Amino acid sequence: MKKVLMGNHAASQAVKLARVKMIAAYPITPQTQIVEELSEMCGSGALDAKFLKVESEHSAMASCIAASATGVRAFTATSANGLALMHELLHWAAGARLPLVMVNVNRAMAPGWNIWCDQSDSLSQRDTGWLQFYVEDNQEVLDTVLMAYAIAEKVLLPVMVCYDAFFLSHTYEPVDIPAQQEVDKWLPEHKRDFILDTNNPKSLNALVMPDLYMEMRYKLEQAHQAAIPLVNETGASFYKAFGRRYHAVEAIHCEDAEVVLVTSSSTTSPARLVIEEMRNRGIKIGLVKIRMFRPFPVEDVCRILCGKKKAVVIDRNFSFGKGGIFADEIRGALCNETHRPLVYGYIAGLGGRDITPELVREIVEEACQTKHPPSLALWKGLIK
Amino acid sequence: MRNDYPHDELLQSGHLACQGCGGTMTMRHCLKALGPDTICIIPACCWTIISGNFPYSALTVPVLHTAFETTAAAASGVRAALDMQGKPNTTVLGFAGDGGTFDIGLQSLSGAAERNEDIIYICYDNEAYMNTGIQRSSATPELAWTTTTPETRPKLGPKKNMIQILAAHKAPYCATANVAWPEDLIRKVKRAAGIRGTKFIHVLSPCPPGWKISSEMSIEIARLATHSKVFPIYEVINGEEYHINIAPKNVPVKDYLRAQGRFRHLSNEDIQHIQTRIDYEWKILLQREMTESFQKNMP
Repeated sequence: MKKVLMGNHAASQAVKLARVKMIAAYPITPQTQIVEELSEMCGSGALDAKFLKVESEHSAMASCIAASATGVRAFTATSANGLALMHELLHWAAGARLPLVMVNVNRAMAPGWNIWCDQSDSLSQRDTGWLQFYVEDNQEVLDTVLMAYAIAEKVLLPVMVCYDAFFLSHTYEPVDIPAQQEVDKWLPEHKRDFILDTNNPKSLNALVMPDLYMEMRYKLEQAHQAAIPLVNETGASFYKAFGRRYHAVEAIHCEDAEVVLVTSSSTTSPARLVIEEMRNRGIKIGLVKIRMFRPFPVEDVCRILCGKKKAVVIDRNFSFGKGGIFADEIRGALCNETHRPLVYGYIAGLGGRDITPELVREIVEEACQTKHPPSLALWKGLIK
Repeated sequence: MRNDYPHDELLQSGHLACQGCGGTMTMRHCLKALGPDTICIIPACCWTIISGNFPYSALTVPVLHTAFETTAAAASGVRAALDMQGKPNTTVLGFAGDGGTFDIGLQSLSGAAERNEDIIYICYDNEAYMNTGIQRSSATPELAWTTTTPETRPKLGPKKNMIQILAAHKAPYCATANVAWPEDLIRKVKRAAGIRGTKFIHVLSPCPPGWKISSEMSIEIARLATHSKVFPIYEVINGEEYHINIAPKNVPVKDYLRAQGRFRHLSNEDIQHIQTRIDYEWKILLQREMTESFQKNMP
């Protein structure tokens, strides 16, 4: 059934379709409408779930971890400062190998207070062991939350679905909502043995000495690596069931391209316009949308970008003292490749500033004309 | 009373506690009271170590080890999941030390108590951060020595009154208990298990290395704490109805303090100061108990 939904309601519809049993959340703009709608669903009985209105994001994640450890499907949503407050527990969720799903609506970190779009909040959680997806439109929000549970429950890792504040969270778009029975068939109830159960008592997250800790970390990394092919397999099975296809990385017009623009999240949409228009002018340009950030799809990125002249990365995030985070990951992925492209790192749109097609065009044209990229990130759109 | 003492041992030998550990006795009695259909939530505290390192566990009930400040939030999550699984009779037991309760875990405990989550929260109070090596917490008694409150600058101000904080949330059941009275502790834990909502039991649990006492003195000194009115034993129903359960023998506070190395540096004036405060707090407690009986006698 097609409906016109804001990104936040696409997320809550997906949570309902996934038959989540436990939700714990704390209000923060621009995420709040997700949990508002979910509390209505729980109140009316449309969703059979417990909703804990906890006193902080920290407790939201702690309760979700505990519920997931007891064996039920759990969900929370947050943004920026709320996510930062959860930081310690993000390590707990991944270390405990729990198939949790969380939506993070990408919002700028304070100070100064800023509720608008910026990916630095979730990217600064990249080493916590969570899988991370950055999605482009509201349909992809709904579909990715569903796929997130399927992936999480196979590799036993938590998944963070990230999308842009206001550009998606509060923007209405047509979204196809799949039928409940179709979702039930595709995403059956999850069962696993290692849970809190008084009929089969186990001790979870106990003290681990140096003789075993490293092996546990290694297993967590193996699960991350196993998630890479699984994401594309899940995308294929989702396509079979629902007719929409998703990959870890999407390559557009890259076969003959000499220059490839690299984007994530909603920045991809203006980039699509720009490259179509430039290709119409005969410029050999392609576009790569990085949808999965953790695990980082190194092989896909190398396969697509090697042999190209230039990769132009737009980052709506920043790691102070270093640069744009996607650009850095791409440089790291390519560094041992012989035919690697030059990587141009651009910073744009921090704190909710628009990334317009004009700005994207300016970035691409500047990169095309610059013989060698500078080692530091290029900040675009600063007040002169 | 001896005949009522449950014989099942859900805490097994092989645990890693110190001799005379009050926190270990507290766990043993609580699990005896609750039985095997119990899920235990343990934050960072001595019990992180006592229960044993992976893959061993001295506890025969399921345990979720969780972050320091999250006992009550995690207990809420387990409760929610059990309810969704159709297991409303499984008991969820949060079991935290004084640091994890009075200090870092107070926010999540307040949240759970305000929502009236159906959990039992037991604080085994050894009056300092003992697992990290005896640092002061807000449960450390006035003028006590710890490694962060040296004798030259002992802990100032009285111990935080946790029962009052929980009573102010109108939690359906709050109680203090003392490992020196296991039958009272077990009765309270059983009573708590029969009440829906948030139950909070604050158990004085001596720590021989932290209190600088020899391990065989643990119970004797715990008993002195109550008989000197330093740690009165009482229940609060719905945050309003007070019942003192053990009549103190009016032992001077001095006898309790002088028995412990952590109070060795106290002058007679210091002890008099503490005695005055203890007498004042006891009067208030008596008034609270009387206020209730007055209300009960209202026509």
